[in-house]
Amino acid sequence: MPISKVDVEKIAELARLELTDEETESFSEQLSSILGHIDKLNELDTADIEPVSHCSTAGADSEYARRDDVTGPSLGQRLALENAPDAEAGYFKVPRVIGG
Amino acid sequence: MEFKKQTAASIRRLISSRELSAVEVCRSALDRIEQLSELNAFITTTGETALADAERIDRAAAKGESLPKLAGAIVAIKDNMVMRGIRTTAGSRVLFNYKPPYTATAVERLQAAGAIIVGKTNCDEFAMGSSTENSAYDPAKNPWDTTRVPGGSSGGSAVAVAAEMALAALGSDTGGSIRQPASFCGVVGLKPTYGRVSRYGLIAFGSSLDQVGPLANSVEDAAAILQVIAGRDANDSTSSNVEVADYPGALAGDVRGLRVGVPRECYGKGLDPDVKEKVEAAIKKFAGLGAEIVEVSLPHTEYAVPVYYLIATAEASSNLARYDGVRYGFRAEEASTLKEMYSRTRDQGFGAEVKRRIMLGTYALSAGYYDAYYGKAQRVRALIEQDFRSAFTSCDVIATPTAPTPAFKLGEKTENPLEMYLSDIYTITANLAGVPGISLPCGLSSNGLPIGIQLIGRRFDEGALLRAAYNLEQALGFDSTPSIILSER
Repeated sequence: MPISKVDVEKIAELARLELTDEETESFSEQLSSILGHIDKLNELDTADIEPVSHCSTAGADSEYARRDDVTGPSLGQRLALENAPDAEAGYFKVPRVIGG
Repeated sequence: MEFKKQTAASIRRLISSRELSAVEVCRSALDRIEQLSELNAFITTTGETALADAERIDRAAAKGESLPKLAGAIVAIKDNMVMRGIRTTAGSRVLFNYKPPYTATAVERLQAAGAIIVGKTNCDEFAMGSSTENSAYDPAKNPWDTTRVPGGSSGGSAVAVAAEMALAALGSDTGGSIRQPASFCGVVGLKPTYGRVSRYGLIAFGSSLDQVGPLANSVEDAAAILQVIAGRDANDSTSSNVEVADYPGALAGDVRGLRVGVPRECYGKGLDPDVKEKVEAAIKKFAGLGAEIVEVSLPHTEYAVPVYYLIATAEASSNLARYDGVRYGFRAEEASTLKEMYSRTRDQGFGAEVKRRIMLGTYALSAGYYDAYYGKAQRVRALIEQDFRSAFTSCDVIATPTAPTPAFKLGEKTENPLEMYLSDIYTITANLAGVPGISLPCGLSSNGLPIGIQLIGRRFDEGALLRAAYNLEQALGFDSTPSIILSER
């Protein structure tokens, strides 16, 4: 199905991507072509099929996926902030959140 | 050092008996990396820490201590696995300066077994691609023909092994990213069963598909590395506690009576005639070894690419939400609000393919389209899983080409994303079904490029898969070397 430029802008907003005009244009074309190929899936009747989200044997067994809720060593503030583009007084620092 | 004539076991033996020093081995690898820097196999090299590790091994050998299993094995790590304090970019601009505070479990286990890590290899950005051309650090080049791609996304790892810059490498495989570059570069590449190797510290792409595995010059080394990195890890809840078998030990034994399934769907349209010929010849070798060749069917193979490009992109759009310029990596300047900072950071930090996939995945998960796309893909995934279950009732391993063609030219498919996606057609199904797959070289095309055959096994049956691959490898006797390596000697 065709994806219009308006659709692309809407998806980009959801994905927090500020696209250039050229990107919007080319994504509209490319996503339409990819989704055209994907429409092939509609050849199959899957009404009675249970969806599969992963093939893990772990997870299906609660013993695997859970652990006791006990505290253990963690990263710590210094290491956690070490890669931050901007930090101050033990916090990540970002531009204004509200308004503008 | 001619790594193709060595194995992890032979190097360990030579170092233990003091016929060879780990430092010499390490220096020769670092020299080769330097000499062949035009191949752009590495994003970051770690010569200093590698030499320090090598010296430690030599000291232990001098004292007559028993060395760990992979002592002196030179290993390269795909740059989407974190190592404490070593820049890890995942091939992306958005992580251009990221120095992780921890080390991936698979890497930690290799180091504990005495492996020497010489660097972080080039890859498609966030492992999204089939040619390493999506790397923000320029493409890697195929040592067999430097005008061609090495495959991807673990292209740098495949180049490092093929060009003898390392004995082996780690890659990650979400839709073929270990096996396809192994095939393009003439090396062995193993994607283990989903859950066999911990994903802790592997930068996430498609979490239900991603798996870490080895690239090596021999099935024996792939088995030795799997043995070390496999097993339950409390830091990855999807890692399995199915017992880790003795994989190197599993290589012994023949393949008489082994049923090799040949799925007719994988030998039709779009398959290069040279690839078809070499893969069919390899299957004949199997028959010559006493294996029974049976025809099987994987009827939903033609739907695998569309299913994959919905599931992998949906998972990616969610996994990549974390790159927002707040906690690490690149942040766009000149943003006056938080939201502006997010969207500019992401537009400037990500390359075109990553943005394309985030867009596709966001669309597939968005209100009104979720059932039609993501939900539909999950249901067809169930059919693909079922295909393997039924095929494995009449065979023990499945044999297909790894990729439809040998390595293609740099730039050949960059303008057409869909065509690039179709180069993963034979590898994607193993990720969707969670089964293990291995690619091994089975010959050269008429223009001298390596061709890979893929063997797929039952879940957690890497032992049988590796034994089949080992027997075939010995029978094929593939020992060609790219001319660029011969000219360096």
